[in-house]
Amino acid sequence: MAYNHKEIIANRPSRFTSGHRMCAGCGAPPVARMVLRALKPEDHAVITNATGCMEVSTFIYPYTAWTDSFIHTAFECAGATCAGVEAAYKSMKAQGKLPEDKTTKFIAFGGDGGTYDIGLQSLSGAMERGHDMVYVCYDNGAYMNTGIQRSSATPKFADTTTTPAGTKIPGKMQSRKDLTLIMANHHLPYVAQTAAIMNFKDLYEKSEKAIYTEGACFLNVLAPCPRGWGYPTEMLMEINKLAVETCYWPLYEVVNGKYKITYKPAKKLPIEEFLKPQKRFKHMFKPGNEWMIEEFQKEVDARWEELLRLEEITNKE
Amino acid sequence: MCKGMPIWRNRNEIILLFDEIHVIYHVGVGVFWRPVSSKANLNKLKGEIKMSIRERLSGNEAAATAMKQINPDVVAAFPITPSTEIPQYFSSFVSNGTVDTEFVAVESEHSAMSACIGAEAAGARAMTATSSNGLSLMWEMIYIASSLRLPIVMSLVNRAVSGPLNIHNDHSDAMGVRDSGWIQLFSENNQEAYDNLIMAHRIAENKDVLLPLMVCQDGFITSHSIENIELIEDEKVKEFVGQYKPEHYLLNDKEPMAIGPLDLQAYLFEHKRQQAEAMKNAKKVILEVAKDFEKMTGRKYGFFEEYKLEDAEIAIVCMNSTAGTTKYTIDKLREKGIKAGLLKIRVFRPFPAEEVAKALSNLKAIAVLDKADSLNAAGGALFEDVVSGMYVNNIHVPTVSYVYGIGGRDTKSDDIEKVYNDLSKIVKTGNIDNPYRYLGVRD
Repeated sequence: MAYNHKEIIANRPSRFTSGHRMCAGCGAPPVARMVLRALKPEDHAVITNATGCMEVSTFIYPYTAWTDSFIHTAFECAGATCAGVEAAYKSMKAQGKLPEDKTTKFIAFGGDGGTYDIGLQSLSGAMERGHDMVYVCYDNGAYMNTGIQRSSATPKFADTTTTPAGTKIPGKMQSRKDLTLIMANHHLPYVAQTAAIMNFKDLYEKSEKAIYTEGACFLNVLAPCPRGWGYPTEMLMEINKLAVETCYWPLYEVVNGKYKITYKPAKKLPIEEFLKPQKRFKHMFKPGNEWMIEEFQKEVDARWEELLRLEEITNKE
Repeated sequence: MCKGMPIWRNRNEIILLFDEIHVIYHVGVGVFWRPVSSKANLNKLKGEIKMSIRERLSGNEAAATAMKQINPDVVAAFPITPSTEIPQYFSSFVSNGTVDTEFVAVESEHSAMSACIGAEAAGARAMTATSSNGLSLMWEMIYIASSLRLPIVMSLVNRAVSGPLNIHNDHSDAMGVRDSGWIQLFSENNQEAYDNLIMAHRIAENKDVLLPLMVCQDGFITSHSIENIELIEDEKVKEFVGQYKPEHYLLNDKEPMAIGPLDLQAYLFEHKRQQAEAMKNAKKVILEVAKDFEKMTGRKYGFFEEYKLEDAEIAIVCMNSTAGTTKYTIDKLREKGIKAGLLKIRVFRPFPAEEVAKALSNLKAIAVLDKADSLNAAGGALFEDVVSGMYVNNIHVPTVSYVYGIGGRDTKSDDIEKVYNDLSKIVKTGNIDNPYRYLGVRD
């Protein structure tokens, strides 16, 4: 069924409620809300959350913003924790210890710190073992919860508190890890990269596919951070859009090994459009630093080209 | 029933022999068989056979057999010497459909404990097995498991914690988590490792307890030694262990539940206080479960075992397999008229401080043997607990600490005899000199 934004918002009440303590202008809560809206209303869900901004702002004892069952254990093990819950479900269902007519879905949320870095092993293990679950990475490109330290998801040249743009070293000097491709190379039934743009259509559709595809599925969702990126809070949706229109964050999915770019900008915007509104890239616009923007653009172009190639190759008859 | 010759099968069974029904008994190392004349007689003999199943198993096999009989919903484990065999044996039970368990072959021990936490919180009975560095890697999750009040049961086959790397037995792994809120039971031999596991869930899952539990046994010394063992039949174990019925669990679609919050200054202290209370409650429950276990098997368990302690003047306090060596040494010393005794700790967490102190009150000198060094210039962990227990209960007996057997250093009866000789000297001279001693190390 075609995505109808009004209908979805009207008929699928948010299973992630307001009253949580995430920052204004944070990209993560709209992502969580929309992913959970993709659940069939009749389905039960167990949410696993890695330690991070989302966890510490949504479940402060004795309050919770989650209407579904929820478990948080530690930073690096949302994958394994969720796998354990799913294994329990599989075992107990087979033994007739759970109602036959009820379906439970398993969704894990982790930031890029808990996913790209400290939690990569746990995630890789859970995905390889094929647990029937979806792991959603909300990627804000640094360890925002502890105060904006670099992660392997932090883009090159970004100013963070552990890669401060100084007089000798101008920010983070390493390229960003491509986790979506790493997960695609786990040969999972469904892997996708998405962002909250275009009335959430892309995010919703990919969430629905991930949740209702049997086996281990992975979603990498861009989740801008006003504190870490340095944009005005009201600009969240605009930032998401610029990330996609510049091809910094391409929207695509990999279904059983076949790549499909789900949105190709009619006119690819220059990367400055994405970089300029963000304080973390401010130093790149100082006179004499033009090379940094050039290099950044080159990397974006190369990655986009690679993706186009992957789409072409994997769809050849 | 099977047809054939009474070949050595290590268990009591009923077979067809010369076209006649025979019953085969294994008693000790002997095999006996006798024909069955009538059906009534056969049923009676079947009943007798069910009384006990004599087997010969290694400690790891004993643990795996207990797990098979418990039939947990989920087992998540990662191989590590010397406990590797446990998940190995268990995997074959899973592959052959002997158990209903979902086996999660995780990529690390950290994930093993994380998956156990997820599974147990979901409403399943979850188990694991590990050793040494495996437990070290789990450390973060060990605390989380107990704080979330999840009665996970672990078989811990004790091995020295790195470094440097060593695969042999000492107790540094278990001692590293002694303040983590897990119940810790120690086992002298394969039989005790098996029995403790059969009792584990009844203790851990009790509503007044709800704490995870680990059953310890000595790596290689018991885990890889084949000993006679008396197994309980499957149905009896099933009935004894019972069904796991948690009050709240993630998979209950009628009651959403959130577990593992950010727990700040306003509540964490109370939650920790509740954990401490649960550990206190465990003492009562451990004894209740032991009583029921005795009714079923005739085997008696308490917080500790006293061996010739009643009239003893000098005694050793120790845990796990060293107790066997100590008993042997005591028998030899008793022949010479030396009044030596043993207090073997079974329940290390919760620590039965008052009971231990009382049991030691009539002695003239005590040696506490720690198979892990606390590297604190003040004696091993068991020593500290025993001494502080005695002090608080106003019992003052000269007590010395021996750190021994580190990294699998063999502890022979001669070594134990040396400790008793040292104690006799203390009794005679009233002089302790150095209370922090080492046994069997080159200086």
